[in-house]
Amino acid sequence: MVRVLPLFVAVPLGAAFMLPLFERLKKVRWLADLVAVAVTIFLFIFALQAMASPGAVYWMGKWSPESIIGINLVLDGLSALMLFTINLVAFCATLFSIEYMKRFTSKPLYYSLFLLMVAGMNGVVLSGDMFNIYVFLEIAAIASYALVAFGVESEELEASFKYLILGGLASTFILFGIGILYNATGTLNMAQIAQTLGVPGQNKAVLLAICFFFMGFGLKGAMVPFHAWLPDAHPSAPAPISAMLSGVLIKALGVYALIRVLFNVVGVTELVANALLIGGIASMTIGGLLAIGQWDFKRLLAYSSISQIGYILLGLGIAAGVLFRPEIPKAVAGLALFGSLYHLLNHAVFKGLLFLSSGAVEYATGTRNMREMGGLRHQMPITAGACRVGVFSIAGIPPFNGFFSKLIIILAAVLARYYISAAVTTIISFVTLLYYIKVQRYILDGDVPEALEGVKEVPVLMQLSLIILAVLCVALGLFVPLLRESIFQEAERAILSGLEYVQLVLAGG
Amino acid sequence: MPKEMLPYLLTMVLLMIGVYGIVVKRNIIKIIVGVIITEYAVNCFLILQGYRDGGIAPIMTADMNTATFVDKSVDPVPQALILTAIVIGLGTVALMVALAIRLYEKYGTFDISEIRRLQG
Repeated sequence: MVRVLPLFVAVPLGAAFMLPLFERLKKVRWLADLVAVAVTIFLFIFALQAMASPGAVYWMGKWSPESIIGINLVLDGLSALMLFTINLVAFCATLFSIEYMKRFTSKPLYYSLFLLMVAGMNGVVLSGDMFNIYVFLEIAAIASYALVAFGVESEELEASFKYLILGGLASTFILFGIGILYNATGTLNMAQIAQTLGVPGQNKAVLLAICFFFMGFGLKGAMVPFHAWLPDAHPSAPAPISAMLSGVLIKALGVYALIRVLFNVVGVTELVANALLIGGIASMTIGGLLAIGQWDFKRLLAYSSISQIGYILLGLGIAAGVLFRPEIPKAVAGLALFGSLYHLLNHAVFKGLLFLSSGAVEYATGTRNMREMGGLRHQMPITAGACRVGVFSIAGIPPFNGFFSKLIIILAAVLARYYISAAVTTIISFVTLLYYIKVQRYILDGDVPEALEGVKEVPVLMQLSLIILAVLCVALGLFVPLLRESIFQEAERAILSGLEYVQLVLAGG
Repeated sequence: MPKEMLPYLLTMVLLMIGVYGIVVKRNIIKIIVGVIITEYAVNCFLILQGYRDGGIAPIMTADMNTATFVDKSVDPVPQALILTAIVIGLGTVALMVALAIRLYEKYGTFDISEIRRLQG
């Protein structure tokens, strides 16, 4: 496994730089599609393999672990889970793009940016070096700014500009934080930083770095109060890109980076745990309440993303908080993390599904306004069916996956005696149900408006990617205990024992 | 306050000036300049990490042994970092300016308060 780790970055990066050359080949337009699909399938298969055997460290350029300047790629349980999530959604989005992106100007350039974004995200989750996280994060972020503006209409440009300014500011904050950590420890390798810092909370300079990381990664991950760009940026992008942005980008760049830095590098303190809790509850509540009033389908989904990110952060906050309460068993922290990571994977799947089906609806009807739609279940049975599965999952209807992850987070909150958090989470789950009932009522059910009489089902490839994600929504719900043993336990362990990370990197290299 | 603190404080002031520009200014170009100032602030901050009084450039010549080199030279790592950060900043700024030009074509203004077709 060790030898193939660099391929996660190298293959999409190489393909991304090759694809613009196809722009000239007007006769073989399918070639760009073929390359993009081949690359994403390849990455997905490798991600599956990576998940089977986590625990590998690759040192670039054969630097040894003893030197302080080597750059390394680390694959532990958490990275493997993130790789699986990213490459799964990337594969489905590519499959969807083949038909959907025909309306846009240049497919090779689109795939080029798309693969750059995938390369950046894979790099972020694999990197074992603070500065490399920043570099890969910028690769992914710059590609995503350009992709949001891909349609070059006035709204898209406006959203992209807003996203770009706030994203640029976030990157600056992150780099500032990295600079402070370098000042405090004299190294950039995350394992060595963790080793040098020792017991968390003793170094005051690190507290400032944590503040910068909260602002930076919070902006990237759309945590309230840093969420203002998301409801503009995510709906403005082409639908497969919205699925990527909401499904995985905010998690890889925001949540994952925050987990890695807080739990494995600087170490959690009670202050950090409370900040995560408050951020989580605020995101959950504000995102959920703002989603109710939306009439633009994709905008509603975007607000819902803020709300769901809140669930993930809340789970992390509970896990971090439990570590400082000796009276509560450690297993509760594991449970909270399981809920949080499980919700992360689930949200990537069902929000990817919902954004793709919003793209399918827009493709067929030409509108995103929910007031102008209705009765699509008669004309687009497969899209409507898939969309309904996504709606049920995100709203937390029993056999689907969203129900279990929310239940586990609420259960963990009760066991950890965060009763208010548990109550708020339950209430917001009903709010979520409320606005997704609205989606069903106005888009799928009801009478067909005259303007939409001739609407037809979308092409087969688009249906296929919707079906894959819908099946996963059900499968992830049905096999919870199996999944916990096979995937999530490794990831939980990787997060909870910060020291193990150091040992893996410095000894296992 | 020790004298060595002053340059660090100045980078913080520079950062605040940049953030002020981004938050308060209405003109797109001035907002872009604000982002550039924050980038400079962080570059200055990083290069300060490697600074030492009377240090020499981190290039090892034949007449130096490792001990004197480590004693005298400035830290090369932050220099490598800001070199990368400057290139990334260039990419970001190029994209920002390109977007500003396209926005001007669409809206006919650089005033951010008139560029708001997206509902809140």
